[in-house]
Amino acid sequence: MLETKELLLNMGPQHPSTHGVLRLLLYLEGETIVNSDPIIGYLHRGIEKLAEAKTYTQFIPITDRLDYIAAFPNNLAYVQTVEKLMSLEVPLRAQYIRVILTELNRIASHLVWLGTHAMDIGAITVFLYCFREREIILDLFEMVSGARMTVNFFRFGGVAADLPAEFYPKVKEFLDTFPAKIADYEALLTQNRIWLARTKNVAVISAEDGINWGLSGPNLRGSGIKWDIRKANPYAVYNKLDFEIPTGQMGDVYDRYMVRMEEMRQSTRIVHQALAQMPDGEIKGKVPKIIKPPAGEAYSCIESPKGELGFYIVSDGSEKPYRVKIRAPSFVNLEALPLMLKGGLIADVIAAIGSIDIVLGEVDR
Amino acid sequence: MDEEKRAVESEFAEGDHSLWEDNPIVKKLREIFPEAIISISGLQPYPDELTIKVKKEQIVKVCQFLKDDPHLAFNYLSDLCGVDYPEREERFEIVYHLYSITKRHRLRLKVSVKDGEPLPSVIGVWQTANWHEREAYDLLGIPFEGHPDLRRILLPEDWEGHPLRKEYPLMGYNSDTKPD
Repeated sequence: MLETKELLLNMGPQHPSTHGVLRLLLYLEGETIVNSDPIIGYLHRGIEKLAEAKTYTQFIPITDRLDYIAAFPNNLAYVQTVEKLMSLEVPLRAQYIRVILTELNRIASHLVWLGTHAMDIGAITVFLYCFREREIILDLFEMVSGARMTVNFFRFGGVAADLPAEFYPKVKEFLDTFPAKIADYEALLTQNRIWLARTKNVAVISAEDGINWGLSGPNLRGSGIKWDIRKANPYAVYNKLDFEIPTGQMGDVYDRYMVRMEEMRQSTRIVHQALAQMPDGEIKGKVPKIIKPPAGEAYSCIESPKGELGFYIVSDGSEKPYRVKIRAPSFVNLEALPLMLKGGLIADVIAAIGSIDIVLGEVDR
Repeated sequence: MDEEKRAVESEFAEGDHSLWEDNPIVKKLREIFPEAIISISGLQPYPDELTIKVKKEQIVKVCQFLKDDPHLAFNYLSDLCGVDYPEREERFEIVYHLYSITKRHRLRLKVSVKDGEPLPSVIGVWQTANWHEREAYDLLGIPFEGHPDLRRILLPEDWEGHPLRKEYPLMGYNSDTKPD
């Protein structure tokens, strides 16, 4: 008899498939993962501490650096919470602009996820396609905000500027061509034998475990829970828009893949409708010159591309927040990774990491 | 923080109970745990801002009940965090954001502890509390009793101090406390 010994393998923080500076300790028995421990914090910048030293307005650009793949949703979740604290009204046109930009950002975020996730598993073509389409969205963002990624565009009570005239034909062109592009990605992956072998029944998590471990967003929907904050507790103008919430059944890598693919289609639909419904009018409501929310506290959350992104803000009545707590979906989603990996094979680790779609800027804050 | 601000805040913490008394969650909790509730507050007119402060000894029991009761069904712990109020005798407030995926309602629970005083962990109720409690321990130094793996999570294990405490300087204590 050969003696078997548990082996400890360190993966990351400098590893191309950990999507940033994630480090994983893998406890192995042969090729099987007995246990694993994610080590995080390599990108910790003390953003919550920083918030206490900045005024409310100064903190908006810092939110761009949380989930840097999807800055508009971060902006939205933060300004929405301050608006709740101050009971600010947001004009309808500004609400629509916010929805259009956040949904485009959802597509951009999902494209980065798909490209890198597929590349981790070995499908390089998909990566090139995804980044080609993402570039069009980033051009649109630059047109609107002046920046491709760190947009700093939403303001308390509205948005910084109206959409420029050249935005409309460009976005329409994108929306008209994009569904065919999704079909292209799917033609490369959805029925692909290698893709199926690498994703089906891999890193499975049940709905019950998912809720218990706090999963949110496409990760929880992949396990069959039809919960999307845009529908469950609508914010902005989502109650006026018609869209579906895709769900999976198994809760494996493949189901999470299918959910996000469909979400890109749904986001395209949402942007179409929002552009058609958007009224003329103001882009910023009545807002005091100095932002000083009354003493109190509020929590507000949105459905970011990664899941439930929430801000809990305590105000002491001064111009700086007393405490800002960011409920980052990636942080919570990553916590469930060891559960998904347990009993699986070492080769499936990168498939699992890719499928939960984490951004370390948001995990570490 | 000056006296005036402190007054505003304590007034807020006391809250105006009457506006919330008709809320079914409040009614139910008053019925089952009449002695555990310290105060009820929350920003009006938002039903999801309902905030209930409970006694720390009862926190696990209250959480378990909120999760198990079929009408409340708070099966999802959205968030858990600490807030530092150095001028208070019980300086740390631990805030639990609860959500029900089936009922789609929210509730904020709070408890207060003194510096260094252990607080029972709620991992037994929601697994997700594990990392949240580690974070509160890391950044504020709140010890959680019954936590299986209470160690720093965001900062290196040899870090000194807890940065989210109000007395901790924004730029850190000195260069020696930084990791190599």
